[in-house]
Amino acid sequence: MCKCNQDASKTISVDSIYSPMEGTIVKTENMTETEKFFEIKLEEGKPLGDIPGQFVELSIFGIGEAPISVSSSPTKQDQSTFEIVVRNVGMFTAALNKLDVGDKIGVRGPFGRPFPIDDLKGNDLMFVAGGLGIVPLRSLINFVIDRRRDFGAVSILLGCKSPNERLFVDEIDKWSNLTDINYACTVDKADPDWKGNVGVITTLIPGVDLDVNKTYAVVVGPPIMYKFVIKELLKKGVPENKIVLSLERRMKCGLGKCGHCQINDLYVCQDGPTFLYSEIKGLEEAL
Amino acid sequence: MRYVYLDKDNLGKFFDLLKEDYKIVGPVKKENKFVFAEVEDVSEMSLEYIPTILPPKKYFFPQKEKLGDFNMGDTKMSQTSIEMQPTVIFGAHTCDIDGIECSDAVFHKDPADPYYSKRSKMITVIGYECMFQCDDCATCVTMDTHNPKAGYDIMITDAKDKYILHVNSPKGNEIIQKAGELLENDSEEKIKSYLVKLREEKMKKFKVSLIANYNELKDIFDGSYNSKIWEDVGKRCVSCGNCTAVCPTCYCFDIYDDVKLDISGGDRTRIWDSCQLKPFAEVAGGENFREERSSRQRHRLFRKFDYSVNKYNKFFCTGCGRCTRTCMAGISLIDTVNDLTKEKNNV
Repeated sequence: MCKCNQDASKTISVDSIYSPMEGTIVKTENMTETEKFFEIKLEEGKPLGDIPGQFVELSIFGIGEAPISVSSSPTKQDQSTFEIVVRNVGMFTAALNKLDVGDKIGVRGPFGRPFPIDDLKGNDLMFVAGGLGIVPLRSLINFVIDRRRDFGAVSILLGCKSPNERLFVDEIDKWSNLTDINYACTVDKADPDWKGNVGVITTLIPGVDLDVNKTYAVVVGPPIMYKFVIKELLKKGVPENKIVLSLERRMKCGLGKCGHCQINDLYVCQDGPTFLYSEIKGLEEAL
Repeated sequence: MRYVYLDKDNLGKFFDLLKEDYKIVGPVKKENKFVFAEVEDVSEMSLEYIPTILPPKKYFFPQKEKLGDFNMGDTKMSQTSIEMQPTVIFGAHTCDIDGIECSDAVFHKDPADPYYSKRSKMITVIGYECMFQCDDCATCVTMDTHNPKAGYDIMITDAKDKYILHVNSPKGNEIIQKAGELLENDSEEKIKSYLVKLREEKMKKFKVSLIANYNELKDIFDGSYNSKIWEDVGKRCVSCGNCTAVCPTCYCFDIYDDVKLDISGGDRTRIWDSCQLKPFAEVAGGENFREERSSRQRHRLFRKFDYSVNKYNKFFCTGCGRCTRTCMAGISLIDTVNDLTKEKNNV
């Protein structure tokens, strides 16, 4: 068989949207037994350019990539870095967990539709975070604290399984002491030193005094929490289009192609990860 | 000169002429099936074929594709490029050309996929019109993909004693110019009316097996999300992923690192993935948003008949019949869609 065309193959260079940028880890902190905090600086201190609610694809060659929520607000003082918190649950996060200050990491992004900040402005805000939900929500909470006068009354409701699973304890302590923020926290299961509320997060909602005509509830947590919290919020009269959620999926590309994050006809990586409840209500695969 | 004749005896010469400039891939018999493979001589091809095991999508979006090389410890890829030579896909059926248009819609949509775009530019599509239905699995008439419409550079139609070539792009025109001596001219009007006649005749050989027509399909799916039919399909499905692997419009993929044996580096690679496999919609905490086979089968067909229309204004079923032909459990797209149609009509 003639193979006369065999060496006609051309090498065509591709300007790849899959090429990570280089990040350097500048600070870490073990927050709990499984959660670790990382502060990452891009080359030449270039700002990530994110808006609260977005995520990045972090990359370690040889292991792969994983979508991770950005936890810092772009309004923070040092804009040359961004922050994440990762729970050590899988192959990628186990490898990430081993990295420390000075180590390099690949970064793609930011991706996704941020929280609808322009719509939130001028309204009262009720933040509801369950478990790891505080990690992405922290970006918005700090944004609101830094731009405080743009928003009305702010309340923060936090819930987690046990006191030793709480994240950002010192920072949240500061939030709770701010006079312009209404703060409550609960744990599912207390330990002997715990003096706060005990019970699931929904128990905090009836106690919040809110004006349903001008309140947005921003809720981030595990799927099971959404179901109960949304029910409670609707009971209180918060409209479906003023409940904002952020959904977790395993986005592989972040570019609306690979299909992994698809909920019915929505691509979480582009149409989300933040959604109004009214946008996903009735979509069986959403929650 | 948009329409020309090619004498059947000259097909070999036409092929050889193409071969001077292109690598040619075409339908080749492989045991009792067909595949798209590189061909050196026109005699190696079987132009009258039932759809190949894999559609020509694999030349635009390979099953496994390197996104870039990396050295272990680095954060940036050391190089990103593709290796490819100018290629003619020879003898693609109109259903598969429709499939290419579907994947074009996906990969060219902003943010466009540069790998797909570069490959796409290297490919010339020479279609071959079906003059009879390949088998009972095909639903191309309902999906309106049985006649050439667009998406090709040249379309070859068997006009009994000769071929009619329809030129549909500057690239196609270049080829026709080069092949000048092999071709016969006639007035465009005459050839076009001959094509109309041929297509009227060919319709007698095509069967319509879906009860619903093209315009009804989206409505049928819109109302079928909670149908019990999905449970029945789910019970029979074995989650092997064959249906998505052979589909000309499935485009889901995974990205992983293919590490060299000496672990000095490797390739960041993307590989076809399937929404039919259980871990596909699983997240880190273990939650799975399409845990049941019924929900995964529903997802597959909704991506063909419903979601794709919302997102790309296009059905992503080309009617090629591959999923039905390949299913180990005998799940037939025709039966499923007909059952949904009957259910809707009874309500």
